[in-house]
Amino acid sequence: MPSQDTIRFIPERCDGCGDCMTACAKAKGGASRISIVGSGGGGWDIALCRQCGDPKCVANCPAGALDKHYGSGIVGWSQDLCVDCHLCTIGCAYGGIVFESAAGHVQKCDLCDGTPACVPACGKGALEHLSAAARLHETHADKEDLFVPGLSACQGCNSELLIRHTMRRIGRNSVVAAPPGCIPGMGTVGYNGQTGAKMPIFHPLLTNTAAMLAGVKRQYERRGKDITVVALAGDGGAVDVGFQSLSGAAERGERILFICVDNEGYMNTGMQASGSTPFGSWTSTTPVGTVERGKSTDGKYLPQLMMGHGCAYVATASTAFLDDYHTKLEKALAASRTGFAYLHVHAPCPTGWRFPAAMTTEVCRRQVESNFVTLWEFTAEDGLRFTHAVDRPRPLSDYVGMIGKYKHLGNAEIERIQASVNRRVAFLKGFCRQPSAAE
Amino acid sequence: MTDTHAHYLIVGSSHAGREALAAIRMADPKGRLVMLSREGRMPYSPTILPYVASGRSQPDRVGLADAEWFTENAAELVLNAQVVAVDPAARAVRLADGRRWTYDKLLLATGAEPVVPPVKGLDRVRYHVLRTLDDALSIRERSTQARRAVVLGAGLVGMHAAETMAAAGLDVTMVEMRPHVLAEYFDPKASALIRQTFERHSVRMMMGRRLLWAMETVPGSCRLGLDDGTELEADLLLVAAGVRPAMAMLADSGITIDKGILVDDRMRTAAPGIWAAGDVAQARGFLTGVPVVNGTLPEAVEQGRIAGMDMASDPDLIPYGGGIPLNTYGFFGRHAMAVGTAAVPEGDGIETVTDEGNGQNGYCRIVLKDNRLIGLAAIDRVMDAGILWRLILRRTDLSPVRQQFLSHPLETARALMSRGWR
Repeated sequence: MPSQDTIRFIPERCDGCGDCMTACAKAKGGASRISIVGSGGGGWDIALCRQCGDPKCVANCPAGALDKHYGSGIVGWSQDLCVDCHLCTIGCAYGGIVFESAAGHVQKCDLCDGTPACVPACGKGALEHLSAAARLHETHADKEDLFVPGLSACQGCNSELLIRHTMRRIGRNSVVAAPPGCIPGMGTVGYNGQTGAKMPIFHPLLTNTAAMLAGVKRQYERRGKDITVVALAGDGGAVDVGFQSLSGAAERGERILFICVDNEGYMNTGMQASGSTPFGSWTSTTPVGTVERGKSTDGKYLPQLMMGHGCAYVATASTAFLDDYHTKLEKALAASRTGFAYLHVHAPCPTGWRFPAAMTTEVCRRQVESNFVTLWEFTAEDGLRFTHAVDRPRPLSDYVGMIGKYKHLGNAEIERIQASVNRRVAFLKGFCRQPSAAE
Repeated sequence: MTDTHAHYLIVGSSHAGREALAAIRMADPKGRLVMLSREGRMPYSPTILPYVASGRSQPDRVGLADAEWFTENAAELVLNAQVVAVDPAARAVRLADGRRWTYDKLLLATGAEPVVPPVKGLDRVRYHVLRTLDDALSIRERSTQARRAVVLGAGLVGMHAAETMAAAGLDVTMVEMRPHVLAEYFDPKASALIRQTFERHSVRMMMGRRLLWAMETVPGSCRLGLDDGTELEADLLLVAAGVRPAMAMLADSGITIDKGILVDDRMRTAAPGIWAAGDVAQARGFLTGVPVVNGTLPEAVEQGRIAGMDMASDPDLIPYGGGIPLNTYGFFGRHAMAVGTAAVPEGDGIETVTDEGNGQNGYCRIVLKDNRLIGLAAIDRVMDAGILWRLILRRTDLSPVRQQFLSHPLETARALMSRGWR
């Protein structure tokens, strides 16, 4: 089933003003199809058609008047075929299809043909029209999945998602290096003589990934072959012991793409701290006790260091914003034909950071929405550009509070992290060539 | 393996069968999947038939599933295939024309058939029932010639048909043996509101009367005698006195039947490899725990989905929570709905709160037991029937919001349900 557009509701931003309902009623003429609901305790929610993937209103319709359009994703309603039996309303647990006596028939949201009127009407930013997944699907669904099934990644790990998306895009005409870390640990390179990817992939040392890839690339170039050469490394293999060869290859302008998948530590070997581990984090080498309170220093911010290497392209990414990642992957691949390209992808680790496996994408999203993670790209010509500027960041506690490795932190420590987040955002803004949306 | 062997064989092509087919294909994309329909037409819903009879719905546009849908689901539809016998030991069914199909897993979703009461002379007059598209077309044709119509039975089928005939300009009389219309869904007050609307639209409502005899006057028309001595003339007689599960094919099968085919919470019958769902099945009642035939469309969808998932060993199956009465009803531009035991009288731990809207603004009757919703009926009120259904099935404790729920059931129910929306 293809991915489809949706309207996202952010309850913390809703104040129940009802402007969305007014806009809907105006756009549709009659009763609003979106309904703000007091959810108790002063909170708000919306009764709105979810455009379900397997809609029960459709199953309950005896007249064929409701229909799920698998292209647009919209559950459509035909006035022509409807017989006003209202059985569809029994199927919906979201208040998404309702009989309106003024209209004389049931009504439901149809996403206004792709430009929902309610979304811009919300002055609080509580509604967002999400269509990225649909576009991504159209672009990438037909490409071959080059990652084998049956991997041994931890439940909830977003690296698998990232690797599948990346491999689909780069295709078979590629060579991938996966140095020691979670990525080969989950079977990417293979086990017992079986390969884990349907493309040439090898397992360099933690220290020499960029150097080996540079040699592979040069050899192919010498033979006149245009091969995509990519590293899928962890933060240990990039920020710490891998940094020397990475820095050297970047400085020399080797024509490779280096992707760092940053889970803020050595999660594969028992959750030891790395140079990338942020202040306050519990790890097995930065324990929490009466004296130590997790990591006592800030993490090293490698993407910023890479800006100082004369790379052809540097960018950060999050798997909660895969459309943004794909755009950057395109640019990075193009840049790797002329020089060194570096992508830094944030990879929250349910096992090592201690949060429920089902929450990974929400953790990714909150990292970005709190500015703990900033999404940007940098080239020497155009400077730094924020690709998902967050105008109204969430409080950092929304993010930190979800993560077990921070659960010992008090307010003062969270404020310290907040201050370093604010400093980093201000610092990065200094690299913007033109005024950006973040300012 | 032969041409007439299916891994999954579904008998019946309405909602339960269609839903089971879709559920099977979600879990098992490959196993051979065959649907047998006794009809010569593509699948349709019995619920649509009153609208076909009235001409509102076009018979060629009421399909529940077209050929493309069967292709997409890699399933085969066999038309004109009426199952007359099931042999669980041989895992085979026999058709009326002598053909035989074998199966690994069988779903009986044969639905219901009309009950024709034993009325003197009824077998010698022309009468209609309304369970198939042919029935509907035949009523539609007869409506164009008829002037006077009599509808026997004030259940949903009879009420829909009476309304559409009245709208078509016929002189319509309803005869119902019980004192109230739609008595299984609505309490006497709500029933009265519905009945009065029919009367305002010139439908004669003869409640608490029984048909004693029928006799032909001129070919196609008849005279009817009621138990109070009333005589009625009818050019069109519709018998809508109820339905019963269509399970004659199980006569010698050894499968346990009661009022319907008895099934467990996974829609399994007592016979290995055989499931039943929809109007033919008798499954656990939610509020009583006693198996009941709950012949409504939403229950058919629910049961069909569960049967299909279980047939395909779908690990995500959640067993049946039990059935409750469910219906929504549009009539003469008005809107009624009933979820749960909305008609039950007060007492025995059951509390009811009725809001009659000053006789102007609709009607709402809320039925609670132990501060939990067990039924709600409403007329001309905006309600989310699906949310109320969930509140009943989840036995949501309404104590903390009792007053709000009684005064503002729509908003309070949405607020309660919204906690599960994200």
